[in-house]
Amino acid sequence: MERIPILRMGEFLLVTIQIDMHDQLALKLQDDLSNAIQKNASRGVLIDISTLEMVDSFIGRMVADISGIGRILGAETVLVGMQPAVAITLVELGLTLPGVATALDVERGMVLLRRKIDGAGSDADNYPG
Amino acid sequence: MPTTTQGDAPLRSEHDVVLARQTVRKLTQELGFSLVDQTKMVTAASELARNALIYGGGGVLHWQILERDARRGLRLLFADEGPGIPNMDLAMTDGWTSGKGLGMGLGGARRLVNDFEIDSKVGAGTRVTIVRWK
Repeated sequence: MERIPILRMGEFLLVTIQIDMHDQLALKLQDDLSNAIQKNASRGVLIDISTLEMVDSFIGRMVADISGIGRILGAETVLVGMQPAVAITLVELGLTLPGVATALDVERGMVLLRRKIDGAGSDADNYPG
Repeated sequence: MPTTTQGDAPLRSEHDVVLARQTVRKLTQELGFSLVDQTKMVTAASELARNALIYGGGGVLHWQILERDARRGLRLLFADEGPGIPNMDLAMTDGWTSGKGLGMGLGGARRLVNDFEIDSKVGAGTRVTIVRWK
């Protein structure tokens, strides 16, 4: 069965979406990632969409759901590499992905992920509200 | 320069939705759309193709290249013979969904194109036409 590979890097999971996903494949990725977070007790998930030429409401929802599911399972998610044309289109479509952390590229995403995790682990006061 | 000016593509499976996106991408590239305009048209097509599949039980995409006053554009018609949309105002409302989407499909697709027309008859099906000019 067709599947998006999930790489484990220590306490992080890394996913690079390189193909134009049909909806079931996107849902499968959501399942696989949720299971991988639990199995590996992962603290962070990095999703790289730099080669994706389109994100519609279904894929946008999948990303937002992964972020929410991950948080409940104890992992932070950062979405990286969105192309400007995709970002412009998403906002016009009406999707601003509230609650989804983003970064320009994998390197910056890793830094952000590390900061989120260290912040959450060491000092609850880092969270406003 | 595109050699053909119109064509059809089936919308019978999720794979067809992916193929429809790729067809629209190729057409907009051939028409010389900017990357942002390509992406908007492909994304609108993806929303409407999925609607035809999920809510319309499958359908067909008709595409046509338009020429008017030295401008060129792309018209896409998504036609299904599904149950139709009983409450159009509700269906066009952002955030409202009868199914598993985010409820951004119809309203969102309308914002991504220059012209948007929807014609739906309960029990007879739904036809959505969109046009984007270069």
